[in-house]
Amino acid sequence: MIEEGLKSELQKQGVYVTTLEDLYNWGRANSVWPLTFGLACCAIEMIAASMARYDLARFGAEVFRPSPRQADLMIVAGTVTKKMAPLVVRLYNQMPEPKYVIAMGACAISGGPFKQGYSVLKGIDRYLPVDVMIPGCPPRPEALIHAIMTLQEKILNQRLTGPDRPRHLNADVPGEYPVPVYGKHDLEPSKNPEVWHPPAIPR
Amino acid sequence: METLEQIKSRLDAALPLTELEILPNECPAGERSLRLDADSAFAVAKFLRDDAQLKLDYCSNVTGIDWPEAKIKTKVKKMMLVEGVEKEVEETLETLRSGHLEVVYHLYSMALKHGPVVLRLRTENRTEKIHLPSLTPLWRGAEFQEREVYDLYGVIFDGHPDLRRILMWDEFVGFPMRRDYVAPDDYEYEPTPHDEVLVEAKKHYPPTEVKA
Repeated sequence: MIEEGLKSELQKQGVYVTTLEDLYNWGRANSVWPLTFGLACCAIEMIAASMARYDLARFGAEVFRPSPRQADLMIVAGTVTKKMAPLVVRLYNQMPEPKYVIAMGACAISGGPFKQGYSVLKGIDRYLPVDVMIPGCPPRPEALIHAIMTLQEKILNQRLTGPDRPRHLNADVPGEYPVPVYGKHDLEPSKNPEVWHPPAIPR
Repeated sequence: METLEQIKSRLDAALPLTELEILPNECPAGERSLRLDADSAFAVAKFLRDDAQLKLDYCSNVTGIDWPEAKIKTKVKKMMLVEGVEKEVEETLETLRSGHLEVVYHLYSMALKHGPVVLRLRTENRTEKIHLPSLTPLWRGAEFQEREVYDLYGVIFDGHPDLRRILMWDEFVGFPMRRDYVAPDDYEYEPTPHDEVLVEAKKHYPPTEVKA
């Protein structure tokens, strides 16, 4: 491990030193390819973010892949209905590691204005490990860009060895998540306890 | 376009065995509707579509309404003798309305550019006599909307080509838009509960410790 001070001192002398870890993360963070996949009105903002005015290409995330096999990032943009949730989880399972999830908008986070509805899932974090959540209804394209920058920061700070290493480098951690099945009134199970449990609110 | 009374009188003449009723509407728009009986609804709808003066060739909307059993209070003014003086007294009458399901069709004419004519069909009750004739053979556009009414209200349309659930999944049990539908209890995490949600959310709160 090279010290930051020595690194910048060497850089002034024209010697560029880095670690393999930094190089690896730098490459990954700047080519996060999202999956082309929108569920509701948030998708319109996601499309706007990828177009010329907001230009997601500046962050290396403009290559929306039409296949989960080629995607690194799932942007859950919109209301996840209970009918749609198993398909979302299945798409996530089909993505290769390393993979990340952004929950975009109030609906994807918690069900939003439809939280008490009989047909809407109360947040995709009940089934998938969400890395970044963006509040808003819908969030503006700037908010999505901010979320991608937050995700890039998260990727850049990942340690590739040791107990905190990311999931794709840890063979013991499964990359697939159980797909819920349709039940009589709700999905079964209605949440994945390994990913989500109801937060305790002090009252 | 003809008034609803004119349409009804022509229908009564053309199809003498039908029971038609013009339902009033108290809301500001005052859009009245024509109630058909289930047995002759198809014939009446076919007449409305094919009649040269009406040509209602476009079914823009099909929707369902659930009317559960309810006590209806109506106020009636009566002249009564109170202490020897004749006075106007208000009386409330309670009538029991039997529960039923209702399907509403909105018809327009593209050819003659008029409409809407609103049709209402009612089932006999909410439990087993829930069959109504499908109007999909007359207006193909009603197919998905009748499926939606079946899915959410549980009205069974006889003669529908493909009566399956359309919005909910096939394994779903019950009809979620009915007034007495009970949604699954998944209120384990409500950050800002209020009203009915608060009542449901409280069932998931940890038991409060009793201080000695």
